[in-house]
Amino acid sequence: MQDAGRCLLLASCLLPLVFLLLFYFYPLVSILTLSFAPNGRLSLIPLEKLFGTPRYLQILWFTTWQAALSTLLTVGLALPGAYLFARYDFPGKSLIQALTTIPFVLPTIVVALAFTALLGPRGLLNTGLMQLLGLDRPPLNLQHTLAIILLAHVFYNYTLVLRIVGAYWANLDPRLEEAARMLGANRWRAFREVTLPLLAPALSAAALLVFIFCFTSFGVILVLGGPRFATLEVEIYRQTIHYLNLPLAAALSVIQILFTFALMAVYTRLQARVQRPLELRSRQVTQRRPQRRREWLLVWINVGLMLALLTTPLAALVGRSLTLSATGGVSLDFYRQLFRNTRDSAFYVPPLAAVRNSVGFALATVALSVVLGLMAAAVLDNRGETGFFGKTRFLDPLFMLPLGTSAVTLGLGYIVALDEPPLNLRASPLLVVLAHTLVALPFVVRSVLPALRAIHPHLREAARVLGASPYRVWREVDLPIVARAVLVGAVFAFTISMGEFGATSLIARPERPTMPIAIYRFLGRPGAANYGQALAMSTLLMLVCTLGFIAIERFRVGEVGEF
Amino acid sequence: MPQLELAQVRKSYPDGWTLQDVSFTVEKGEIACLLGPSGCGKTTLLRLIAGLEPLDSGRVLVDGEDVSRVPPHLRGFGLMFQEYALFPHKDVLGNVAFGLRIQGLGREPLAARVAEVLALVGLAGFEHRDVNQLSGGERQRVALARSLAPQPRLLMLDEPLGALDRALRERLMDELPAILRRAGVTTITVTHDQEEAFALADRVVLLRAGRVVQAGTPEEVYRRPASAWAARFLGLTNLLDARVIEERLVETEIGRLEIRDWRLEHRQFPISNLQLLIRPEAARLGESGPNLLRGVVTEHSFRGERFRLSVRHAGGVELTFNLPASVELPAVGESIAISLDPQAMALLNPDD
Repeated sequence: MQDAGRCLLLASCLLPLVFLLLFYFYPLVSILTLSFAPNGRLSLIPLEKLFGTPRYLQILWFTTWQAALSTLLTVGLALPGAYLFARYDFPGKSLIQALTTIPFVLPTIVVALAFTALLGPRGLLNTGLMQLLGLDRPPLNLQHTLAIILLAHVFYNYTLVLRIVGAYWANLDPRLEEAARMLGANRWRAFREVTLPLLAPALSAAALLVFIFCFTSFGVILVLGGPRFATLEVEIYRQTIHYLNLPLAAALSVIQILFTFALMAVYTRLQARVQRPLELRSRQVTQRRPQRRREWLLVWINVGLMLALLTTPLAALVGRSLTLSATGGVSLDFYRQLFRNTRDSAFYVPPLAAVRNSVGFALATVALSVVLGLMAAAVLDNRGETGFFGKTRFLDPLFMLPLGTSAVTLGLGYIVALDEPPLNLRASPLLVVLAHTLVALPFVVRSVLPALRAIHPHLREAARVLGASPYRVWREVDLPIVARAVLVGAVFAFTISMGEFGATSLIARPERPTMPIAIYRFLGRPGAANYGQALAMSTLLMLVCTLGFIAIERFRVGEVGEF
Repeated sequence: MPQLELAQVRKSYPDGWTLQDVSFTVEKGEIACLLGPSGCGKTTLLRLIAGLEPLDSGRVLVDGEDVSRVPPHLRGFGLMFQEYALFPHKDVLGNVAFGLRIQGLGREPLAARVAEVLALVGLAGFEHRDVNQLSGGERQRVALARSLAPQPRLLMLDEPLGALDRALRERLMDELPAILRRAGVTTITVTHDQEEAFALADRVVLLRAGRVVQAGTPEEVYRRPASAWAARFLGLTNLLDARVIEERLVETEIGRLEIRDWRLEHRQFPISNLQLLIRPEAARLGESGPNLLRGVVTEHSFRGERFRLSVRHAGGVELTFNLPASVELPAVGESIAISLDPQAMALLNPDD
């Protein structure tokens, strides 16, 4: 029986590892090979070309400082909100807290489009101002500027800082700051000398994560930045798709990989420091109702800003998808057009087919990532195991690696590695599913593992003593308890697959586009009708993801999004 | 003029809990103790005095000056929090020097003052220790040193001995008042433990559900609790319904008793509906003496320097006394005769 259990555990350990090896490390190694030895011999020509061309250095520089600026802006804006959530209890708080999770599940292409619907030349703000002031040209020109990119990055990452810093802050003893006040420090000094140093680990972990996400930002910059702006990620895409220069794209990817791995390594070390045993206190003690009028004002101003930031772009997206800019009246025309083939083109793929493709890929992704995720989580939750299986902790960061790897790099790796024997999947729809599974896997593991770790070992021991085999124990004790967590992981996998854009844009076959790809294609064509259909399809995609978000909020046990 | 005066302080919370018209004074150099069960508002009162929470109405006066609207960092008070709230990212020196740095003290006077207060609390040479590695007693002393270092006008201690084990508590009950007297600082401490309050304080302020029940020296409060509730809270359980028949003569369930501690102003007898407190030290073994009580021993336990003895009177009333360890007690179940000291009894108002 012991041996059967070990075999099962070994299989659970091997399968996810083999998956990572074949569909994560092998593509990455192929990229390395392509950039360092394009013809089978070691050559540094692509790298030399890279560093010899000012344009690429500029791209690297832009990638870095836009990420730094986005991070600074996000942290600056989210810090007051984090303070609020950490220290005050006010009506509607849990609802607002739930709403702030929405950006987690929204696809980048939807967010990018939502910002054009709000701030673009045909956006709500501009058309509103034009009508109001009787102008014949849009007064605000934010499309293809740095400002709109930064705003979209703040939208995406605000929640991340709010959650990570807010959660840490909530458990920090407020008496520490009061002690400083009693010793003569004013508010600012008490914050600077006591609260800030104690928050530092959480603050820097959150900032670093935001930086990594903005450094590898793709959809937002591709759509909102236009031809003027390119990050490494966008350039890899352009070199691959427009110039078919795979060796150069691979060289750019190597730079990208080096940077993100270094950043992830720092992040992991910071994470360990966040878990430093401070005397953390329960939230009941640290939170209270606002009392003075100044406190209430602070609460409502912040909540107002938070809601404005989170809801106006999405409201604009829905609103613009329902209005024809010419007449200004409400109409479902854009949605009707989605279902008509006006082009009579041989290459035309009906939008409805894109919806079908997306759902198909997403369901397959859910199936694969949940199976692999459960296996990985079972191996990582190794309490009570001895020998090799007691030391599986080192595998934990391994399963998290895909989280810090850029999707475009992954897509490029698939193109390079999986288009020739022994693994020729270039034409197979499986390629998209594999890529999506890899992106979703960390989320599934992170959803399931805490629930699994929360199971008291006595429960398992009781089942064992009653005669259950390790498999029966897992099926009858672990599985029912983690079922809700598995559901959350599955919904994560579903929404991630529905919205995945970076990798899919490189590997999806032209005749089998997903919804984000279809949206991007609409955007690439001129005219109000195409833009309108992009808006309509984005709204549909947003609806699907919002339903996913509601399911996650409904079924999750404790906090998700703790990475 | 008192060092600190609270006048009609009120504070109410959204959940309905209130502090009502709290008034008391603390003289310069005195150690006052706010005593009451948990939830009576002691800690809230401390935070109001500190300025960490705003008052609804009333005034906090220091040397006659109203500080109610002064923010906490400008009041010049010290507060030692329950569980101490030591800064975990600073060492002992960093903690103790914090207030001094804010006062703008130079490098050398600062180091000298830190050394001085650390010596005062018995932690000389602890400057570079990590506060997270200290024992409970050491942490308590660091917190005390941190509060004392900037020489506050008023020092407040929230349950200063609450987090310590018994042996350490006993020792610090002696040491803490000595340190505070040496530092010459006016102090308010807060506790729910009457033994601790009596050991530390020059003046006890007894609180119940947001109101001051009684204020006085520990002896006054112990000898003449303001009400039956106050007596029970102080651990005085021998309370009998009583009727005063004439001056210094009281009728109870265990018979007529003579009392000496007489402060009733009322002159018309009989007065019913009072309570008689018989303090545990009232009992003398033997048939001689006033106020003879006969009963059966129901329990006795040896507590080192004294016996704890329970006696049941024929009427069914059970009373508990302390007797010196040197006497010989009858066994459980045997009959006993004791006399009750008229000095060790007091008449109380019943509870509201």
